[in-house]
Amino acid sequence: MSDETPDDAAPDGGAPEPEAGGDAEDHAPEAGTLYDQARWTDDGEYEPLLAEKDSTEVEIGDDSPLPDDLTRDSLELPALAEPELARHYTRLSGMNYGVDSGPFPLGSCTMKYNPKFTERAAALPEAAVHPDRSAASVQGTLELQAELQDYLGRIGGMDAVTLQPPAGAAGEFTGIRIAAAYHEANGDDRTEVVIPDSAHGTNFATAAMAGFDVVELPSAEDGRVDIDALEAAVGEDTAALMLTNPNTLGLFERDIERVAEIVHDAGGLLYYDGANLNALLGRARPGDMGFDVMHYNVHKTFATPHGGGGPGAGPVGVTEELAEFLPTPHVREQGDDSGYERYEPDRSIGKVHGFSGNWLVLVRAFAYIARLGDAGLADASARAVLNANYLASQIDYEVPYGPFHHEFVASAGEQDAADAAKRMLDYGVHPPTTKWPEIVDEALMTEPTEAESRGSLDDLAAAFDAVAAEDDATLEAAPERTAARRIDQVTAARDPRLSWHALED
Amino acid sequence: MTRQTSGSPYAPGDAADTEAMLDAVGADGVEDLFDIPEPVRFDGEFGIEAHSERDARRLVERTLGRNDELTEFMGRGHYDHYVPALVEDLASRQEFLTSYTQYQPEVAQGFLQALFEYQSMLVELTGLDVANCSMYDAATALGEAATLSQRVRSVSGDRILVPDQLREGKRDVLAAYADGPDLSVETYPTDEGTVDVEGLADALDGDVAMVYAENPTVSGAIEPELGAVGDLADERDALFVLGSDPVALALLERPADVGADVVVGEASALGAGTAYGMGAGLFATREAYLRQVPGRLVGVGEDATERRAFTLTLQTREQHIRKERATSNICTNQALLALRTAIHVATLGPDGLVDLAEDCVVLARDLAARLDEVSGVRAPVNDRHHFREFQARTDQPAAAVASDLESAGFAVHVVGEHRIQVCVTDANEPAVDRFVDAVTEVA
Repeated sequence: MSDETPDDAAPDGGAPEPEAGGDAEDHAPEAGTLYDQARWTDDGEYEPLLAEKDSTEVEIGDDSPLPDDLTRDSLELPALAEPELARHYTRLSGMNYGVDSGPFPLGSCTMKYNPKFTERAAALPEAAVHPDRSAASVQGTLELQAELQDYLGRIGGMDAVTLQPPAGAAGEFTGIRIAAAYHEANGDDRTEVVIPDSAHGTNFATAAMAGFDVVELPSAEDGRVDIDALEAAVGEDTAALMLTNPNTLGLFERDIERVAEIVHDAGGLLYYDGANLNALLGRARPGDMGFDVMHYNVHKTFATPHGGGGPGAGPVGVTEELAEFLPTPHVREQGDDSGYERYEPDRSIGKVHGFSGNWLVLVRAFAYIARLGDAGLADASARAVLNANYLASQIDYEVPYGPFHHEFVASAGEQDAADAAKRMLDYGVHPPTTKWPEIVDEALMTEPTEAESRGSLDDLAAAFDAVAAEDDATLEAAPERTAARRIDQVTAARDPRLSWHALED
Repeated sequence: MTRQTSGSPYAPGDAADTEAMLDAVGADGVEDLFDIPEPVRFDGEFGIEAHSERDARRLVERTLGRNDELTEFMGRGHYDHYVPALVEDLASRQEFLTSYTQYQPEVAQGFLQALFEYQSMLVELTGLDVANCSMYDAATALGEAATLSQRVRSVSGDRILVPDQLREGKRDVLAAYADGPDLSVETYPTDEGTVDVEGLADALDGDVAMVYAENPTVSGAIEPELGAVGDLADERDALFVLGSDPVALALLERPADVGADVVVGEASALGAGTAYGMGAGLFATREAYLRQVPGRLVGVGEDATERRAFTLTLQTREQHIRKERATSNICTNQALLALRTAIHVATLGPDGLVDLAEDCVVLARDLAARLDEVSGVRAPVNDRHHFREFQARTDQPAAAVASDLESAGFAVHVVGEHRIQVCVTDANEPAVDRFVDAVTEVA
């Protein structure tokens, strides 16, 4: 999801003029600051690179067990003692914001608290096995996979689930390939995938990657699917409609039955983007709404750490009709009490990961679901939805559309949403996703999740409101209390320096 | 409707808070907030039982405990090297672990710098100009390299050449990525476990967009003529993509020196250990292809105080901005694994990394020699230098040998009717004597 303007295409995304030092006090929030970041400095710079602390070149010498012509000549890398490394990375961690640091209401990303016990569960030595082990020797792993497939099938209302896709976008790719295989098996040549303009960017990229033409569907006045436009867009070329529900504006697609009917009547399949599933647990299931194939972002909905950008996992659920197309290997219980087996579904699309996906993420997701059970999962959704509506009601920014599920999109109005976001950093909170979806001017796409208390939401609202009341100059000078000040992304893109080798030139 | 609403231990707040919040939004109850038409409401139960933390943990423990405890002598793309405690400890710091993609660089300098350092290490290891900060795994990195080759060589054809011994999982993923853009994946022959250069030359014509080779190969053989492969690819204007990993790259020929245009592979050979195939894809290439690179890139910028700072850059390649015109659909990547790899490399330092790589040669050579002395076993099958792993011919059917070894507490790959594959690293090296005894017993 986007929360930056395109860096090297932005007409006016440049950094503000550097200001003289010592002005931080001028704009410093007086109250309500939750968090200040460490700012490690060394001679007026931030924490040096490892290579700047020490860089050592070693020769690959005569004592090498290989002849010269098979080896490189030398290798140059940092050579620091363990205490120095511990301090380096600890300093870096102090310059980074995680969800345990404070609120992280990044819309559509579902940054909620990750229970600690799931970390310990994933670290069990029994989890660390090689993927090529015989099925007989990894019955525990296969059983846990089968159980998680079953859990996810129940939660999504799907008949069969593969755990293989290593991320949500990989799940989309899997699902769209399954749709393609299904049509091909029916001798049906379909070339288009229909996607609403409010959809996640991955939907478009995935459809194109799978070889489809993308048909973009404009949203209706109320922010939902425009039924007339949908009817006009689908036809005999339609392989699938990709939809998330609730959509990225946090709105439930109330006409989902009609949407499903239109797509199915045209012979297409309905694909559910599971990025917003956290809003629905125990209240509605994609399978019941008519979706044929879906992915689950288990790292979002089932709370596993996002790790600074991954790993995630994107299991895919399908109806019975599509089960024969699932990736290989699939896992099932053998009928005769002889345990679990891997097998290749009859018309498998093949593979989307070299082995079986991001296994340790799946272990965490299993543990999370087992911890919460029916009531806990339903409660998680209830509070995520309550929190989103409550926060939307408490802020001064205009919030168009509604009623909301797990997220809402406020408008920064006359302010630049990206600047407003930078200023929120000074109040100790991570800002929402900005400038997306484009349907809302200066969008602030906000998803507090169930993990925030009322007090925390009030603090968040206070930060939003404080920023809403500030002038452009203040916003443009922000942030001031973070590890680094506003970073000029345009220049970074114009002259890309992507390694410490590039800094030497 | 009755529904238990005191369920999640990870959602703070009590009944009074809930009431006050409902008042604020003007709703009578939480259910009123769900704007879901009756026909598609779910009023059933999943039938998933809740557990205390202790019981949920025990459930995982008990289930996984059904795995047999075997000492693994397995590799073929997924490797076990000892992961230093420092890696575990630092990568577990919540500021890294619980953070997100660095869309707000001012509060993500720590992770951005660590990823920049990771990219830098890969640049040094490959000799290429740029590395991204991770793909899902080696197989998907290979798939992305194939689609990149088509974009940068669009005038010269749509054939992709891979070695006939490519691991099945990798070939299947490559096929999935090649399908959309209509690339055709074909094989070229290998000889003694490495590239048959003449066979490759015969297969290589002007229609080939990409030639893929691995060093070490899937059977652990070290390629003796990579330079010739690079020259062939260059002559026919095909992209030369090389598969490897950071341990092997520390010792073996530098990819840039043999003409590689892209290096893909498993970064997770360091920092992850075995995790049922969970990995981190390595991707490095020449600067000429920078704007066609898939995935995230961290670059250097300046902040408002003119100090050096790090930021995600060239994001116009990515799906969240360019949508269907993006270079890849990848969004969530394997950043934490990349961090772990970087810390592992830093912990070893250049001497330690080269030592580890040399051990991979010595341990495999010594174990092959010992197995070769066992009656009924010939090892290595291929007359090549090896890295970590090698294949052995067994007079007995390989499946029976592997099964008997499993009963004796060891896991190996079966790769042919009379062929097993054995991988040895610092992780299983202490069990080598017992392993040789077991092979002697069953072969």
